[in-house]
Amino acid sequence: MTAILVRGAGFADDSRGDILVRDGVVAEIGSSLSDSGAQLIDADGLLALPGLVDLHTHLREPGFEQSETVLTGSRAAAIGGFTTVHAMANTSPVSDTAGVVEQVQRLGDAAGYVTVRPIGAVTVGLEGKQLSEIGAMAGSRARVRVFSDDGKCVSDALLMRRALEYVMTFGGVVAQHAQEPRLTEGAQMNEGTLSGQLGLAGWPAVAEESIIARDVLLAQHVGARLHVCHVSTAGSVEVVRWAKARGIQVTAEVTPHHLLLTEDLASGYDARYKVNPPLRRSEDVEALRAGLADGTIDIIATDHAPHPSEAKDCEWDAAAFGMVGLESALSVVQASVVDTGHLDWNDVARVFSRVPAEIGLVPGYEFGIAVGSPADFTLYDPATSRVFGVEHLRGKGVNSPYLSATLPGRVVATLHNGYATVLDGELVDAESVAQSARRTSGAQHG
Amino acid sequence: MRHLLSTRDLGHDEAVAILDVAEDMADVADREVRKLPTLRGKTVVNLFFEDSTRTRISFEAAAKRLSADVINFSAKGSSVSKGESLKDTAQTLAAIGADAVVIRHGASGAPAVLADSGWIDAAIVNAGDGTHEHPTQALLDAFTIRRRIHGSAARAKALDGVSVTIVGDILHSRVARSNVWLLSSLGAAVTLVAPATLLPIGVTEWPASVGYSLDAALAKRPDVVMMLRIQSERMHDAFFPNAHEYSREWGLGDERLRTLAADSIVMHPGPMNRGLEISSGAADSPRSTVLEQVANGVSVRMAVLYLVLSGMKEGQS
Amino acid sequence: MPARIVLQQADITRALTRISHEILESLRSGDDLVLLGIPTRGVVLAERIATVIREVSDVPVAIGALDVTMYRDDLDRNPTRAPSPTQVPPGGIDGKFVVLVDDVLYSGRTIRAALDALGAIGRPRVVRLAALVDRGHRELPIRPDFVGKNLPSAQTERINLHLEEIDGDEFVSIEEAAQ
Repeated sequence: MTAILVRGAGFADDSRGDILVRDGVVAEIGSSLSDSGAQLIDADGLLALPGLVDLHTHLREPGFEQSETVLTGSRAAAIGGFTTVHAMANTSPVSDTAGVVEQVQRLGDAAGYVTVRPIGAVTVGLEGKQLSEIGAMAGSRARVRVFSDDGKCVSDALLMRRALEYVMTFGGVVAQHAQEPRLTEGAQMNEGTLSGQLGLAGWPAVAEESIIARDVLLAQHVGARLHVCHVSTAGSVEVVRWAKARGIQVTAEVTPHHLLLTEDLASGYDARYKVNPPLRRSEDVEALRAGLADGTIDIIATDHAPHPSEAKDCEWDAAAFGMVGLESALSVVQASVVDTGHLDWNDVARVFSRVPAEIGLVPGYEFGIAVGSPADFTLYDPATSRVFGVEHLRGKGVNSPYLSATLPGRVVATLHNGYATVLDGELVDAESVAQSARRTSGAQHG
Repeated sequence: MRHLLSTRDLGHDEAVAILDVAEDMADVADREVRKLPTLRGKTVVNLFFEDSTRTRISFEAAAKRLSADVINFSAKGSSVSKGESLKDTAQTLAAIGADAVVIRHGASGAPAVLADSGWIDAAIVNAGDGTHEHPTQALLDAFTIRRRIHGSAARAKALDGVSVTIVGDILHSRVARSNVWLLSSLGAAVTLVAPATLLPIGVTEWPASVGYSLDAALAKRPDVVMMLRIQSERMHDAFFPNAHEYSREWGLGDERLRTLAADSIVMHPGPMNRGLEISSGAADSPRSTVLEQVANGVSVRMAVLYLVLSGMKEGQS
Repeated sequence: MPARIVLQQADITRALTRISHEILESLRSGDDLVLLGIPTRGVVLAERIATVIREVSDVPVAIGALDVTMYRDDLDRNPTRAPSPTQVPPGGIDGKFVVLVDDVLYSGRTIRAALDALGAIGRPRVVRLAALVDRGHRELPIRPDFVGKNLPSAQTERINLHLEEIDGDEFVSIEEAAQ
C-alpha cells in the first residue's frame, strides 16, 4: 500500500511537522521526513486534526434509501473530516437485531470512507415496550456498544432502568433521546414567546430536562453509564453538571446546530430549521457553549438527519424533523465555539474525536495523531471561508440550515486507515476508496 | 399590498387604509347595483384545507361583488403522507392561472410558505392558518368596532383609547392573535382573559394585559367584550374540567351581560356555542355585533382582495 | 424644462364661471341639476360651479362625488389607488340632469369608468361632461360638453392643477414629465 507523506501540517497544540503514513498507521511524525515512494500532501497552512468521530448519525439504510445510504452518508462524513460514524437505529427494519446491525456494518466496511459503527435499538421496533436483543447485537460481528431509541425517548421509567442495567451487562451504554412524550405531543418548536406568536405547538425545555434528571438518578441508582443525546437547553446543562458533581457516570452531547442557531429562524416557517430537539433561545446556545467549554458537555455529535426534499418543501407542521450536518460540522464548530474563544483546537480534538470514541468504545483514537496509531486524521484549512451551498453537500439530503450562510474553514483532506478518502477538498472516488478498504481489511486479516 | 399573511406585518397607517377602503366597499352594499367591475378577469381561488363555510362564503361573496371569477378548492388532508402536497396544489393553481389564493390551512405558517415558496406567483390571503393568524377576521372586528364608535365618520380613524377584552381559548386562537396585533397597533387597549391553561407561554410579552378573572376584567367596564369559541375537545385535553365550570368562570351569561356599560359591544367571531362561552341573551342583545361582523366581513374582504390584486406587479413600471 | 404656468387663479375662476353659465343655458325647464365631481379635484370644482350657479340663478343644484377607482380598467398598470368615497346627493340621480365634473380631460378612460360608476348608482335623464382643462389625446369616443380651457399638449408633458382648497395655491402649469 502506498505510503503518504503529509508535509508541514499544523497540529492542534500549535506545533508543526510532517506526518508519514505507512501500512495504515502513522509511521513517523517529525520535521523534514522523507519517503521517496510516498504520495505527497502539501499541508502548508492546514491544521491536522484526529479523525472526527460522530456518535450520532442517521445513515437511513436499510429502509430509507431515498434519504441516505450507508455509502452516501459515509461520503458526507468523509468530506466533513470524519473517520468514524455511529449509525442510528431508526432504520426500517429497525436495527434491533444482529442481522440488521451486521448488514449496516458490512455496508460501511464495503464503502470504506469511514468506520461505520451501528447503534442498536434499546427496544424492539423503537416502540418502548420490550428490550431488543441487546446481547445478540453486542455479540455480533458488529460488536454494538451503543444502544439508542433515538428519535424516540425511552420514556417508561421502569424500562429505562432495565435498559441501563441490561446494557451494562454487555459493557455498553444507553444513549437517551430525552423527550417526555406527553409534554411534546404535536410539538413543533421551542416553547416560548416566539412559539406563542407563531402559533406553533411548543416543545418545552422541561420535556428534555425532566427526562435527563430522571435518567441520571436512575443511572446512579443502578450504577450504569448513561449518555444523553443532543442536549439543547440551559436547564439540561445544569442537570448534567449537577449529576457529574455527584459522580454519576453520565456523558452528554451537543450538536453543532444547537451551538450556533436559535429559534428565531422558525419565524419564516422555513422547515429547514425544524429539528428535534428544536432550536432554542440564545441563552440556551450560550449555556451549551459554556457547558462544552467547562466539560459538562463531553462531546459534539452531528445528529445528521437527511430527508428527501419533499419532506421539507412543505408547511412546517407537515415537515420532517432534522438537518444534515456531517459536511458542515467542523465549520459550524469553528464558527460557534472556536472563533468565539470557548474551545481551542485541542479541545475540538477531544470533544469531536477522542471522547466520542471513548464513549462508543471505538479503538484507535486514544492518542490522536500519534506514531503507531491508525492513520485516521483530517487536514483542515481554518483560515478560509465560503458561502455554504448545496454544492458542498455530499450526502443525499439537501436539508442543511446553512445554505447561503458564510461559514469558516474547509476540509482539504481526510485519511482513514492510512488511505485518502478526501484529497484537494474533494472526495476520492468510490471505487478507489472501496479498493483501499478491501486491501486494508485483507492486510489486517492476512 | 402584495399579500395579506398576518396583522403583525401591518403598520398603523396601512391598517387604517384597509379599513377606509372597506368603508367604500360597504357603501356599495347599499347601492342599487351591488357589484363592482374592479376585478373583472381576475381569478380568485378559495383554497380551503379546513372546512369553514362561513369564511369561504364571505370571501366568495367579496370576490363576486368585485366581479372576479371564483374557484372553490376544498382540499382536506394536507400532509405529504395524506395525499397531494401543498406544493403540488400550489403549482396546480398557478397553472390554472390564479391571481389570488385565499388559503385556510390547519398548519400555522402555510400561507407564508406559499407566499415565499416560488411555487405560485399569486397574491396570498391568509384566511386562517392553524393557531397562528386570521387577519381578515381581525380587520372586520376592528372595522365593526370603529363603525359602532364613530358611525359614518369612521374614515381615517383608528381605535385610540378603546378598551377591548378578549375572553377564551387564547392559546389556540388565531382570531385572538390577529386581534391583539391589529387592535393594539390601532391604539386600542387589549386585555386577554382565560384560565392559565389556555394562555400561551410568553403571553405577557404581547401588547396586551392578561388576567384570569372575567369578572375582574368586566369590572373595568371595557368598551368591547370579544368572546372566543371554545372547542369541546379542549375539555378532553385537560385544559379545563368541564363545560359547566368553564361557562361559570369565563362565559358571558345574562348576569354578566347586565354589568356591561350600555354602549359597550359584545363580539363573537362565530360560530357560537350558545350556553357555553356566550348566552343567547348576550348573543342576541342590541350590544351584540355578531351579524354586523358577518356583513362587515364581506366589505373588509372586498377591500383586501382589491388591495392585493390592484397595483403593479413587481417588474412592471 | 421648468413648469410653465398656463392658467392663473383668475383664469381658473373665469373659466369656471363660464362653464356655470353654459350649464345653466343647457338646462331645460324642470331639469333637476346634479353636479358630480370626480375626486379629488373634480369635487372641489363641482362645489365652485355650484356656488356660481347659486349666485347667478335660482336653479336648485345638488352636488356629490363620484369615485371611479373601482371601475377603472388600468388597476394593475398603476400603483394601487386608494378609492375616495362616492357621495350620492340625497335626492339621488334618477331622472336628473347630471354633469360630471373632472379637472383635466385626457385619454377619456376616467370618464368611461365614471359612466359605469354612474350606472351603478342610478339612471339619470342626461349626463353631461364638464372639464376645466381638455388636453387632447383621447383614446375613447368621449367629448366634453363644457370646457374651461383647451390646452393642446404633447403626451410627454404633464399638466398640473393646483386648487386653493387642496394645495394652498392655485394655477395650471405644464411641464416636461420626468422620464
